[in-house]
Amino acid sequence: MTSSKALLQISNLTLHFRTRAGIVRAVDGVDLEVGENEGLVILGESGCGKSSLGRAILRLLPRNVAAYHGSILLDGLDLMRLDDESFRREVRWKLISLVPQAAMNAFNPVLRVGDQIVEPALSQLGMSRAEAMERARILFRLVGIPEAFLQRYAFELSGGMRQRAAIAMALITSPRLILLDEPTSALDVLTQANIFNKLKQIKWELRVSFILITHDIAVSSELADRVAVMYAGQIVELSDAQRFFRKPLHPYSEGLLASVPRLRHRGELTFIPGRPPGLIQFPPGCRFADRCPLRFEKCAQDPPVIHREGRMVRCWLYE
Amino acid sequence: MRRWLRDLLKELRYYPSALLGGSIILIMLGLSILVPIRIPYSEAVRLWRGGEEVWYRLPRQVPPAWVNWFRRERLADTLIFSTRDQPSLKRSQPAGEGRRIETEFIFDYPYDTFPQELALYIWAQFQEKAPFVTATWKTPDGRSLRIMELRAEGMKQGFRFAQDRRLLQRLGGVPPEEALFAVPDTSPPQVRKGTYRLRVEAVTFEPDSDVDVEFIAYGQVYGWAGTDRYRRDLGVALLWGFPVAMAFGLLGSVGTTLIAMWLAAVGVWFRGWVDELIQRLVEIFSIIPFLPVLILVGTLYSRSLVVILGISILLSVFSITIKNYRAIFLQIRELPYIEAAQAYGAGSWRIILRYLLPRVLPLVIPNLVIGVPSFVFLEASLAVLGLGDPVLPTWGKVLDEAIFSGSLLQGSYYWVLEPALLLMVAGLSFSTVGFALDRVFNPRLREI
Repeated sequence: MTSSKALLQISNLTLHFRTRAGIVRAVDGVDLEVGENEGLVILGESGCGKSSLGRAILRLLPRNVAAYHGSILLDGLDLMRLDDESFRREVRWKLISLVPQAAMNAFNPVLRVGDQIVEPALSQLGMSRAEAMERARILFRLVGIPEAFLQRYAFELSGGMRQRAAIAMALITSPRLILLDEPTSALDVLTQANIFNKLKQIKWELRVSFILITHDIAVSSELADRVAVMYAGQIVELSDAQRFFRKPLHPYSEGLLASVPRLRHRGELTFIPGRPPGLIQFPPGCRFADRCPLRFEKCAQDPPVIHREGRMVRCWLYE
Repeated sequence: MRRWLRDLLKELRYYPSALLGGSIILIMLGLSILVPIRIPYSEAVRLWRGGEEVWYRLPRQVPPAWVNWFRRERLADTLIFSTRDQPSLKRSQPAGEGRRIETEFIFDYPYDTFPQELALYIWAQFQEKAPFVTATWKTPDGRSLRIMELRAEGMKQGFRFAQDRRLLQRLGGVPPEEALFAVPDTSPPQVRKGTYRLRVEAVTFEPDSDVDVEFIAYGQVYGWAGTDRYRRDLGVALLWGFPVAMAFGLLGSVGTTLIAMWLAAVGVWFRGWVDELIQRLVEIFSIIPFLPVLILVGTLYSRSLVVILGISILLSVFSITIKNYRAIFLQIRELPYIEAAQAYGAGSWRIILRYLLPRVLPLVIPNLVIGVPSFVFLEASLAVLGLGDPVLPTWGKVLDEAIFSGSLLQGSYYWVLEPALLLMVAGLSFSTVGFALDRVFNPRLREI
């Protein structure tokens, strides 16, 4: 936690799913904080539960939820206390908006992009259409799409444009927090860079907070004020971005960073051997233990959560 | 929307049959609007159900006038002369206490066949002493014949030439409609064309007494649609059939399709007991026999068009089409943009109306158009089954009466063919447009 005060406080958030194979513990007791105008990056491999964490925050739950509890405080408002209807009315897009994982497919194919983008403003804020369209025009300029594209259908836009339109849509109601769920995963590197520049600009100009969920360490560094590393449904490290990228604490974070190609480093890329555990049955002790190069006897017991110099790490090494 | 419509029309250009069908639909819709304006409902009902008072001027069960275009012999048209329509035909002079009223109807008879029937109607106004009326017939070759002499009775008095025994005797047993127009001593009798005169003289015995006469030579053809056995103009029923058929067809098809689609979407979206309820209702309704229910309702409750239409829609809404729509909606429900809509806080109804329904509309529009004829035919079928609206003249009612009066056995083909043709044209035009729309909206079909 840096100088800014907490906007979002999540503690012990849990989201389990029921499947045929057993209970999937996708989000297993997560504690997080996001400050005002702060960018938090949640890093993790595929299947570590980071998208589920996003869904848990926005309460976009599938029907096979087995457990959903914990506490989410947004600017002092206890979101978990709200019933579904008031959550829908008061939280979605008014406070937190989402740029979905596949923005490509997130647009209704039978609505014009403009009509689609103003939908949240109409339904959530009760804005007039003209007012909302005016706002959409401003936002299109901000994200860098020609205004004329408001009249087009989503399939007439390129992937990058659609992603930017999705960002414009996320901003239409001026929410406090924007959740970006792998927003650029299907885009080429140039477009990615472009979009992250836009996001930085937006963060600067509109002073919103971001939670960026991604597996892409390279792009994440662009927007990150702080980084949370997620592994097997838990946050294993939470740190400010500067120190994280210079020297991560958790062995898993180290492995992640080492697997990213760098310009000045020569030599083989390292990778983490083995696979992340399925989220159904965990080995006792540290969930990363059997892939950890620094494993020792204590790792057979649940690791403690260590707070050190404003950073958090879940590892026996720092006891 | 405008661009969408323009693109659609542009595409439809490639289907000439659809253009033809479309223009026919437009004409039918135009007629459906015009007819009720020109012949208001009450007037149509009066013309159709008014009784002899309304129909007496029309010949009985004759084909339309245009059959003459296809015949060598020209069938007689109906000639109507009335002093009530043209008071100037009457010439009156005082005679005694009353007056002597002379009327002469002079008319050309250029036809090749004899009229169906001849009749003279007399309206007399008097207090106590009834006027005395005589009629004399003059042929083009100068022969003259006393037709009738009678004392007027009441308000309206009909004199049918063929039913007057004295006249028959005078004509030697030959039916008057033949004898009066024939060249003498020809067998079979031949028509003498030329100018005929019918002179009617009335003598009244009171100062305010008056007499009006009307002479009708009932022809062998009438109007553009012919008449039925009650002398009714079929044209009225055929014209009023347009609004009825269009309303029944469009309301039935649009109502059924949209409601079924909506129900399917609601069920899919809300899941749980809502979905279960709709599904079970569909299953129950799918074993309820359609026609017997309608017959029950028609017999025990009401045969009004609105009631029958309502029941038909109700029975067709919960049909298996709901399951088809449900299958499509189940797929759409899982698409990312639906979740995205939920994420922004769209309510259930907003998602159903703005996200689910529009997505299947392209699939539905062709079915909607194709579905129109089946409802138009349904109305006709019900009418033939005796479940037609008891008041309204419709195509189905015309067919029904044609069948029950044995029109085909009597050679009155026009009576059956006219409504049947209209039904066919209506069905065909909607089908061609529907099939073309199907190809436009579902391009994959084009390869087949």
